Amino acid sequence: MSAQPTAPAVPPDHVTIEIDGKSMVVPKNSMIIAAADKAGIAIPRFCYHEKLPIAANCRMCMVEVEMGGKPMPKPQPACATPVADGMKIQTQSQRALSAQRNVMEFLLINHPLDCPICDQGGECELQDLSMGYGRSVSRFVEKKRVVPDEDLGSLVETEMTRCIQCTRCVRFMADIAGTYELGGMERGERLQIGTYVGKPLMSELSGNVIDVCPVGALTNKPFRFKARAWELIARESIGYHDALGTNLWLHTRRGEVLRAVPRDNEAVNECWASDRDRYSSDGLRAKDRAQKPMIRRNGELVEASWAEALAFVADHLRDARGDVGALVAPLTSNEEGFLLGRLLRGIGSDHVDHRLRTLDFADAPVATPFEMPIAAIDKAKAILLVGCNPRHEIPLLAQRIRKAVRAGAKVHAINPVDFDFNFDLAGKAIVTPAAMLDALLGLAKAANDAGHLPESSALAQAIAGLSADAKAQALFKLLADAPESVILLGETALNHPNASSLRAAARFVAKVTHSAVDEIPGGANAVGLARAGAQPRQGGRDAGALLANPPKHLVVYHTGSQDTSAPAAFDRARTEAQFCVYVGAYACNGVQRTAHAVLPIGLPPEIDGSYTNLDGTTQTIDAAAKLPGDARPGWKVLRALGAALSIPGFEFTAIDDVRAQMAADGASPVTATNALRPRIEPAHGRLVRIATTAIYASDAVVRRSPALQAHPLARPACVTLHPEDALALGLGAGATARVSGVELPVELSTRVPRGGAWIEAGLKGSAHLPPHGASLDITKA
Amino acid sequence: MKATGTYEAVRDVDPLVALNAHTREHIDHWVAKFPPDRKRSALIQGLWAAQEQNGGHLTDELITAVTKYLGLPQVWGYEVATFYSMFETNPVGRHNVAICTNISCWLNGAEDIVRHCEEKYGIKLGESSKDGRIYLKKEEECLAACCGAPMMVVNGHYHENLTIQKVDRILDELK
Repeated sequence: MSAQPTAPAVPPDHVTIEIDGKSMVVPKNSMIIAAADKAGIAIPRFCYHEKLPIAANCRMCMVEVEMGGKPMPKPQPACATPVADGMKIQTQSQRALSAQRNVMEFLLINHPLDCPICDQGGECELQDLSMGYGRSVSRFVEKKRVVPDEDLGSLVETEMTRCIQCTRCVRFMADIAGTYELGGMERGERLQIGTYVGKPLMSELSGNVIDVCPVGALTNKPFRFKARAWELIARESIGYHDALGTNLWLHTRRGEVLRAVPRDNEAVNECWASDRDRYSSDGLRAKDRAQKPMIRRNGELVEASWAEALAFVADHLRDARGDVGALVAPLTSNEEGFLLGRLLRGIGSDHVDHRLRTLDFADAPVATPFEMPIAAIDKAKAILLVGCNPRHEIPLLAQRIRKAVRAGAKVHAINPVDFDFNFDLAGKAIVTPAAMLDALLGLAKAANDAGHLPESSALAQAIAGLSADAKAQALFKLLADAPESVILLGETALNHPNASSLRAAARFVAKVTHSAVDEIPGGANAVGLARAGAQPRQGGRDAGALLANPPKHLVVYHTGSQDTSAPAAFDRARTEAQFCVYVGAYACNGVQRTAHAVLPIGLPPEIDGSYTNLDGTTQTIDAAAKLPGDARPGWKVLRALGAALSIPGFEFTAIDDVRAQMAADGASPVTATNALRPRIEPAHGRLVRIATTAIYASDAVVRRSPALQAHPLARPACVTLHPEDALALGLGAGATARVSGVELPVELSTRVPRGGAWIEAGLKGSAHLPPHGASLDITKA
Repeated sequence: MKATGTYEAVRDVDPLVALNAHTREHIDHWVAKFPPDRKRSALIQGLWAAQEQNGGHLTDELITAVTKYLGLPQVWGYEVATFYSMFETNPVGRHNVAICTNISCWLNGAEDIVRHCEEKYGIKLGESSKDGRIYLKKEEECLAACCGAPMMVVNGHYHENLTIQKVDRILDELK
């Protein structure tokens, strides 16, 4: 008879251990500290971090271990000792405690103990643990070490004398951010953490080193000396600068958001936050924040009471007789989007849209949730990026892809720029927007050659007569063979002048290869706004048509000119409008110049609202901050307007009533069609604009955050050309080019394909240029 | 740490320009000894060759060039170059003289040799002679030649059973 398992309840690959007398079953090869954490047994630690590779260099987590009835000769580090069957661990025994106390004494030898002037004071792991394990009197009488500080840029402040060399920050930058910007220089007692050459942190995730730092060596720079941890109230919130909906804690004092830190959510952001979400909060207090309702009287904007302003706006909207349209910024909440849609339809117009950067509306695109949820992307085996720079679009998505690559995924990119990724590509095609379309159609043709027929006749027509090259066939095979594969469509694909064809080809290829299609939503709440009805439902004008053919009456909701694909057209629309009401947060120059009424409303951290992220998950948050001045939550303003216009459905008093109405609202946006836009061919011999939204210019709040604007990634507009194209135009690096009437400095890079001119969007300097995929006139200025 | 402040200067360094053919050959030779995804293993040899090319010390430009040549994160090069005592990150004299002062050599008179050398050139350990000829290495741990204590290493060559006269002769013969 074969041997019976001793403990039949133990699942395979698990072992039984005992910690502090408590028996538990834990996975094989896991570390003692992980098992203890799961069981709620606290072991002190500095260098161990659940998400980072094990370093075992702080030695704080010493425990006493007994194996097979024999104690191990020395205390073991719990973070680096794998569990084994029958292991008995003492975390509080005399020996373990003595080891922990001794390590603490060493850690404190060179630590300055300047807690009263340290920003980390009150939320410091070293301070907390020294209360439990430290001696009240130091035996160390020698001189303490002093370490010079480095300037790491506008986001992270350093005080390196406080560093205890746990190397969490080094491991974060290497393993999670993938930029390898920090290291341990020198050795032994002289070991110092730094960049060596003195560079600012360039990663879009750099702020996370503040969270992982257990001491006050790395702290939040804009927040420095602003407040003590115990003065702050932490309120649950979410990030609203990308569609991930990063879970955040907003730390507020008397209603003012002083900083943001990530809130753990494995399905969304794990325990990280992008710099954009962490540092945008200073933008809430920008100088041009709209605080009082204003109306235009005798050509001048003057402050008014809410009653006056609402009556003024309601009168004009009533008189519009349906000739009214609304442009909604995609950071708007579901409730506001829903009410705005209902308001517009109540006054006889379906011209409402939030797809402000979209160029091709032929297939009536609707922002859809990811088919492969974000949390599953790190397990994908094949990923095709189409027109996508995840590092700038959704920084934490890039981190997921990086994880997948480290686990063996093959990532291919068909991109208009050879973006600087924090993961390795298995293959890439860096091509102009027009050639990107060819590449995708070629891939669809490869699928067609493999015996699959596209359902849409328009796509069948588009690929007829094409031939798939070897590259397309290999890529098709990769997607088809991988058990988990995904096609990620990013900004430069979805905002392509022929996005409908790209989308159709990607969907077809995905269907026949059993891949998922993940379209990165165009803005924080695009998925939610599409559902809520902030886009045409009955054939109204879409954003493109609204900009090209603006109605006489315009409602501008949170939207700034830089949020649109055509800032110049947007400006013209609001200048020429007979009546333009700005409902939003910032009374910037453009608003002051063009608006006939300004209704100041709150931004997401200041209002109750729900937002639907890229997975289709709706996250509901309560107001965390005080509204500035007389500003009101948008949903209340819309309710008052709706009531003033006597539109049915605006009789509610609480936001829960709006949510109930939204749940009951079965209507959907005009469903996506199979129609394809006729191919837009670039003019022969002219360079084509490649437009990516600058990472720190993605919305009005980010553009006003001083810390982010001081970051090296926030650069003024420039035109980046392939060196050979530049040579042909007689332009060198540092020259100034006249690009379709706008003067821009020239940069040269082989990351840009021949025939392309990469100019970031969202910037002042590039506002008056034609959109992505359009031909440009470039001459020497 | 106190940053060297050379970020702008080294960010665009071209390894094919900064490293001469001989150095690159040396690195290629060492890269070939390891699996293709383990180029980091050749880093020490790469830095060593670059240091030799530069007459005994590394510049930030050279460290950067080596990491770029190997396709490694630059910070790995800085870490290694500052970690090992065999790499000099500041300009030093042509000849690297490392006198062991560890226990066996110390018991056999290493301190006298150090004092003699310091007086001979009017410099302290860790400094270079004014003519740029001799660099007295700052500190050296045991170099595993205790049987021949006191000893020193000059440009990688071991000299054992030293006396003041012998040291003088060896140092005077250096060009």
